[in-house]
Amino acid sequence: MSQTNDSNAYWSANLRLIKISLVIWALVSFGFGIILRPLLAGITIGGTDLGFWFAQQGSIIVFLILIFFYAWQMNKLDREHGVDEE
Amino acid sequence: MDQFTLNLLFVGASFALYIGIAIWARAGSTSEFYAAGRGVHPVTNGMATAADWMSAASFISMAGLIAFTGYDNSSFLMGWTGGYVLLALLLAPYLRKFGKFTVSEFIGDRFYSSTARMVAVICLLVASITYVIGQMQGVGIAFGRFLEIDAFWGLLIGACVVFAYAVFGGMKGVTYTQVAQYCVLITAYTIPAVFISLQLTGNPIPALGLFGSTESGEPLLVKLNQIVTDLGFAEYTAAHGSTINMVLFTLSLMIGTAGLPHVIMRFFTVPRVSDARWSAGWTLVFIALLYLTAPAVGAMARLNISELMWPNGTSGEAVSVEQIETDPDYAWMATWQKTGLLGWEDKNGDGKIQYYNDANADLQAKAAENGWEGNELTNFNRDILVLANPEIASLPGWVIGLVAAGGLAAALSTAAGLLLAISSAVSHDLLKGQLTPNMSEKSELMAARLSMAAAIVVAVLLGLNPPGFAAQTVALAFGLAAASIFPALMMGIFSTRINNSGAVAGMLAGLAVTLLYIFLHKGWFFIPDTNTFTDADPLLGPIKSTSFGAIGAAVNFAVAYFVSGMTKETPQEIKDLVESVRIPRGAGVAVEGH
Repeated sequence: MSQTNDSNAYWSANLRLIKISLVIWALVSFGFGIILRPLLAGITIGGTDLGFWFAQQGSIIVFLILIFFYAWQMNKLDREHGVDEE
Repeated sequence: MDQFTLNLLFVGASFALYIGIAIWARAGSTSEFYAAGRGVHPVTNGMATAADWMSAASFISMAGLIAFTGYDNSSFLMGWTGGYVLLALLLAPYLRKFGKFTVSEFIGDRFYSSTARMVAVICLLVASITYVIGQMQGVGIAFGRFLEIDAFWGLLIGACVVFAYAVFGGMKGVTYTQVAQYCVLITAYTIPAVFISLQLTGNPIPALGLFGSTESGEPLLVKLNQIVTDLGFAEYTAAHGSTINMVLFTLSLMIGTAGLPHVIMRFFTVPRVSDARWSAGWTLVFIALLYLTAPAVGAMARLNISELMWPNGTSGEAVSVEQIETDPDYAWMATWQKTGLLGWEDKNGDGKIQYYNDANADLQAKAAENGWEGNELTNFNRDILVLANPEIASLPGWVIGLVAAGGLAAALSTAAGLLLAISSAVSHDLLKGQLTPNMSEKSELMAARLSMAAAIVVAVLLGLNPPGFAAQTVALAFGLAAASIFPALMMGIFSTRINNSGAVAGMLAGLAVTLLYIFLHKGWFFIPDTNTFTDADPLLGPIKSTSFGAIGAAVNFAVAYFVSGMTKETPQEIKDLVESVRIPRGAGVAVEGH
């Protein structure tokens, strides 16, 4: 029974991490890059606005950080809940 | 040595390298072929996946589409990278834990239904064939240019080379060949970009040069905006299209990336579940190297072309026909004219070629004043931009040869990989798995080759009248994958409620509406003039056919939930299977299915 509880805890911790990551994923691309671009128009970078930078480069850099952050957090979570492969 | 010989030398040497590696690391049997990935480090696997993934669309076509549209085509950049976040978070580790080799096997087992498996194969075939059309376009353009012939003959020659490549197994997915291809591809893309960035901004890193300043101290993008608006074109950095369409298009490309079987497959064979997570990250690192450079390539090429056409500034005289024909800086125009993808015409007979937007009212007034009779750079195919880029910037001959080799590596590796995926889907999943289970290994191999030949004939026929530029055709393939495969995989892992009928109905509904929407706008089976609507004036408000994949995916999810609610619950053993897929412990090595 405790096994089931623990695997439930593991799965909900994973889902929480996925939700947080996907919020950031959407915020930088659909948010800053597209929908919220007018709000960032005041901040200039290299002759244009921050929204343009997010659409063409910034979002890609954030995506990279997100994937490595998730992998690192999940591998930690695997060990904490004793479900890792070792 | 002339340019033609130099190009052949670079292309020939790179091919010799791939074939050499393929022979050296040849997989002897089917299981060895699959197992090749198992001992591979996540970094190496990431590099190979990046080569598999970056095709003619990324290498040849994308920067050109960004160059001529500006901000609005940022969707390609965000969409084709953001999909890896979905892949790493929602699919890769679980599919690795499941431990089979193909996407359709997972769908067949999770939804305990051979119908589901068959439907998955059909979805996979439709998306892959559309994808191959886009690749063949790129191959045609590359061969057309480097053999200095019409793009049509380039396409036919390219088709033969791709076929030979795939059939003789020169590519066979051997990881190290793909690593070599990645190296050729990224060097070929980066070197000219560095040269051009140095010329224009003094910054050796193109991604930084894009936001840097030109010699006069004026930011590059400000200068570019000024020139293009002077010529009556839309401001480069501003948004012009519909926001809804841009969001949906980006989302379609993202979901589609995570639903493409030939990419997902690579995550089945990494050694451990944790490696599947890292591997997705490393793949994106290697993809990002090209994707962070691409917007700089686009913007800088646009600036260079505009300045070449107006050497005395936009208020001065345009370039003369004589200069185009004699000045070595313009030699690239004559070479590209031979492919039929670049053209100019002195309409008003003033001996000069005026390049401007003749649909713009302000420029029409200016044209009337100066006696111009319309835009005289009459044809500039977007897909030639990256390949012509080093010539446009007058870079040394060896750089041009290198770009030739890079473009062909990108197009051929992906085209051959897709053909292998198509043939294994037909011979392994469809024929051996469903229709004729007792087929001998010899006839399975025969069926694989025949289906490869059939796929390439279809791709060539449709590639002659493509539904758009290479990257746009490929975007349609992503829409189809987004609407059919991704939702089924995600629901299979994250919901135990979805049952066999739900998954089958969802996939069929998603594929059908998306295909219908595409055919209504691009013509039935992409045959010209059979379309009812156009992307300039789409059926549903601002939503273009390339953006419909996201809606198709939503339909898929909704139908699957609805049908699953109405039909029999998922059996307990399947629920247990889903539970076990969710935790990494106990992941064995991947095994071949039936």
